[in-house]
Amino acid sequence: MSAAMDTKPVFGVIAEFPSARALYQAAEKVRDQGYTFWDVHSPFPIHGMSKAMGLGHSTLGYIIFWGGFLGFTTAVLLEYIPSSFLFPLIVHGKPVNFFTVPPFFPIMFELTILFSAFTAFFGVFVMNRLPRLHHPLFDFEPFKRVTNDAFFLAIEAADPKFSETATREFLEEIGGQGVTLLHEND
Amino acid sequence: MAESDASTVAFVERMPRNPLVLNNHSMAWISDRISGIVENRAPLWWWVTISITGSFAAFGTFCILYLLFTGVGVWGNNIPVGWAWGITNFVFWIGIGHAGTLISAILHLCRQKWRTSINRSAEAMTLFAVMCAGIFPAIHVGRIWMIWFVAPVPNPNWIWPNFRSPLMWDVFAVSTYFTVSVLFWYLGLVPDLATLRDRAKGKVSQIVYATLALGWRGGNRQWRHYEMAYLVLAGISTPLVLSVHSTVSFDFATSVLPGWHTTIFPPYFVAGAIYGGFAMVLTLLLPARSLYKLQDVITWDHIDVMCKLLLLTGSIVGYAYCMEFFVAFYGANPFERFAFLNRYFGPYWCFSWTMFFCNVIAPQLMWVRAFRRNWAIVYFCAMCANAGMWFERFVIFVISLHRDFLPSAWRMYYPTWVDIFTFVGTLGIFFTLFLLFIRFLPMVAMSEVKSVLPEADPHYHPPVPAGEEPAKEARA
Repeated sequence: MSAAMDTKPVFGVIAEFPSARALYQAAEKVRDQGYTFWDVHSPFPIHGMSKAMGLGHSTLGYIIFWGGFLGFTTAVLLEYIPSSFLFPLIVHGKPVNFFTVPPFFPIMFELTILFSAFTAFFGVFVMNRLPRLHHPLFDFEPFKRVTNDAFFLAIEAADPKFSETATREFLEEIGGQGVTLLHEND
Repeated sequence: MAESDASTVAFVERMPRNPLVLNNHSMAWISDRISGIVENRAPLWWWVTISITGSFAAFGTFCILYLLFTGVGVWGNNIPVGWAWGITNFVFWIGIGHAGTLISAILHLCRQKWRTSINRSAEAMTLFAVMCAGIFPAIHVGRIWMIWFVAPVPNPNWIWPNFRSPLMWDVFAVSTYFTVSVLFWYLGLVPDLATLRDRAKGKVSQIVYATLALGWRGGNRQWRHYEMAYLVLAGISTPLVLSVHSTVSFDFATSVLPGWHTTIFPPYFVAGAIYGGFAMVLTLLLPARSLYKLQDVITWDHIDVMCKLLLLTGSIVGYAYCMEFFVAFYGANPFERFAFLNRYFGPYWCFSWTMFFCNVIAPQLMWVRAFRRNWAIVYFCAMCANAGMWFERFVIFVISLHRDFLPSAWRMYYPTWVDIFTFVGTLGIFFTLFLLFIRFLPMVAMSEVKSVLPEADPHYHPPVPAGEEPAKEARA
């Protein structure tokens, strides 16, 4: 297995850190070195880590807004086209026009929520490039503990500043343990 | 600035917060203890309980099939009581389904970190309760093959549904609520499914959990979007959870029947729903924490807070009962007055007084701290709330219907055995689904509980052993 692995291109270098605090401080140093293709892996979201990594806010919120807007528009069309054009119903003696909006409102509200929720749910996976079940990190046996109590920092070979030797040394210097070179798996 | 910092530190030292996980357990302990529930063999009590609840569920399913093949005449409904146990059970279950999303959404926005220990099972409970609720409107239509008439599509005569009807709003509200709850629950599950994937020993469990975890790697670039999605879902679920029971209450409040036609219904229904929902959370988690030895994760502090919420919402419900009665008197409408006198002193008086005792008197025990930390009293109050909320719906629906404007139309309502066992059957379905949930999925949100441990804070200083000088470091 390893002989075949070595012929595959390098994915990157991974290092383990003993705690959330150590990982946070390491992330600040990696950020200051100017790396761009790297990530920290932890069993839970670490408060302020995006700042330590030099990442801004997630843009998912803006996308969800448009999802909600689409839901609202869908509800307006779904309610008004049948009720005013296809089969106008006069209920309680009330015609369908601008002044009878309130009884149409609950469905507009519900569909806004529904479409926003779908956008949020699928948006998070699309933006994270998931599902992806065969990531090179999964070949690294200790990485199994990332969902338990371990903290990892991985710098990818795609990074312009990446160097198989210098990046390894750098990670060891900032306190990384068990620094390992990983290969692509497909 | 430095001064206020110092006073904050002094305050924190004087009034330390109780830890959310007791006995300084490590992250690995949390993973082991909670995943262990899924990985170890099912205990004997689990098999015994699920065979009982499964039998009820099976008999309930038989009752539903009997109803569908025979007709709604097998229920005790009559004219004028056209809505009876079916709607009572529907609203009862929908109400129970409110605690989960309240805990995951509203308490998340309020930064109530204690929610992390209970949110997963409360959300699961929500889903199962909404499933049970959905059964009743579906089967009560009589001709089940016509159920698609509730969908927003034209029928064969090209007649569209009336979008201004509260019943139509209800279809949208309940189905949206269920869908959003599923999405919210699954999003929260993904990191924990990844934990189960990484721990799985068997081939089948590896494949199943790996597929369900969708390749989650716990990278911060993933967590960043995940947390945003979680926050937005919490934000949009907050008005949603308040709107669902409001919409359910519109089914009644927009009619002209005395006892239903009141504007207090939406807030009163929502408070009652939260009351009933927290009671069901306590009903399920009090035994579960003992049986699975989770006392350090679901602590007495958690139970204490839930009891306070029972007290709060129970008191709001009590206020609503009294205010309804007062408005009936003060409104000077003879039909309204009669409806409320009939409610408490008519032929169904024992239902109303049971409701009043269970929902208003019993939760007042929760004023006493010692009672909030005594499992027998807490369980008693939770059971009262479960029963009381069912009685509340029966009181509102059946008692208001059975004597309306015309005395010549008055009639008593009695349930048949099909009514009773359909309801018991949904209890069986609910508990069976919950037992399956704790068997196959992590019942506590591991990643979220880990994130509220002290060492999860990136600025955490490990405690200094006695006698050593604490390290001097600038406060961030």
